[in-house]
Amino acid sequence: MKFKAAVIALFLGLLIWLGLNGSLGREVLITGIIVTVITSFFYIGSGVFRDVHLTPRALIALIAWIIVFLIELVKSNIDVMSRVVTPKVRINPAIVQVKTKLRSRLGRLALANSITLTPGTLTADIVDDTLFIHWIDASTVDIDEATRKIVEKFEKHLEVLFG
Amino acid sequence: MEIVGSILVLIGSLIFFLSALGVIRMPDVYNRIQTGTKATTLGTIFVLTGIAFLSPGWIPKLVILLIFIILTNPVSSHVVARAAHFNKEPMSPLTTCDKMDEAEE
Amino acid sequence: MADNILLTAAVISLLSIFIALLRFIKGPSVLDRVVAFDVISIIAISVIAILAYMFRRAIYIDVALVYGLLSFLGVLVVARYYERGL
Repeated sequence: MKFKAAVIALFLGLLIWLGLNGSLGREVLITGIIVTVITSFFYIGSGVFRDVHLTPRALIALIAWIIVFLIELVKSNIDVMSRVVTPKVRINPAIVQVKTKLRSRLGRLALANSITLTPGTLTADIVDDTLFIHWIDASTVDIDEATRKIVEKFEKHLEVLFG
Repeated sequence: MEIVGSILVLIGSLIFFLSALGVIRMPDVYNRIQTGTKATTLGTIFVLTGIAFLSPGWIPKLVILLIFIILTNPVSSHVVARAAHFNKEPMSPLTTCDKMDEAEE
Repeated sequence: MADNILLTAAVISLLSIFIALLRFIKGPSVLDRVVAFDVISIIAISVIAILAYMFRRAIYIDVALVYGLLSFLGVLVVARYYERGL
C-alpha cells in the first residue's frame, strides 16, 4: 500500500511525457522511464492518491461523473449566456452554504472543482464539510435544499470513486 | 472533416465573445468570475476539439493542454473569489444573502 | 473554405480579447483586473492553437502550454498576495 502513490505517479508522468513528445522512439522511451522512475521515488509513502479506489465500480463511477459533468457544463453555459445577452441583466446572486458527505480531501477537491466549472455556481471557500457557494440565480438559501440542488448530482458518483 | 473542425472552432470563438461581453456587463467581481473565467473553459474545449479534428496528429498534445486547462481554471477562479471576499469587495445590491459573512462573525 | 472560417474565428477571438481589455483598463479594483487578465490569457491560448493550425507549426502548441502554465501561476500569485501577503 505504501507504493500506491508512487506507481500512479509513475504511470501518469510517463503518459504525459509520451504525449508531449508524440513519439515512441527508443531514446524518448528510455529517457522518460529514467526520469519518471526517479521522480516517482519522491511519492513513496505520500498519501496523495490514498483515497482513490481502483476497482471496476470506481471506473464506472468515473465515466458516469464525466458524462454528468459535461451535460451540466453545456446546460449551465447556455443558461448563463442567455443571462448575458438579455438587454437587462437579470441576476439574483447570493452566497449560500451547503454540506458534503465526502470524507477524503481529493474527493472534496474534485467536488469543489466540478461545482466551480459549471457556470452559475462558484465555490468561494471550504471549511471542513461546509462549502460556501456564490450562486448567480439563488432560488433558495436553505442549507438542505441548496445541497440537494447543487451538490447531489456530482456527489453520488464521487462517493463511489473516492469514498 | 475539415468543415466540422472549423465549425467547432467558430462555435468556441462565439462563446469567447459572449463571455467577454459578460465580463463587461456584470455588476460585481463575483458575477464577472461566473460569466468570464468559466464560460471560457467551454470555449477552449470547443476550439481545441476543433483543432483536433483538423489535425489528428496533434491529439496527444491537445489532450494534455485541455486537461491542464480544465484542472487549473476552477482553481484560479476559486482563489480570486476567496481573495475578493477576504478584501470585502463590494457586492452588487441585487445580492440577497451572504452566508459567508454570517459564518465569520 | 476551412481556412476562411478559421480566420473569422480568430478575428472574433481577438475582438473578445479587446472587449476584456476594456474591463482591464476600467478596473475598478485590482481583482477585477485579475479576472480580466485570466479571461484574456485563456482566450490567447486558443488563439495560439488556431494560429498553430493555420501556419501548420506543431511547436506553437508547446508555446500555448507554457503560456497557460505561466498565466495560471500569475493569477494564483496575485490573488494570494491580496489575501494575506506572500
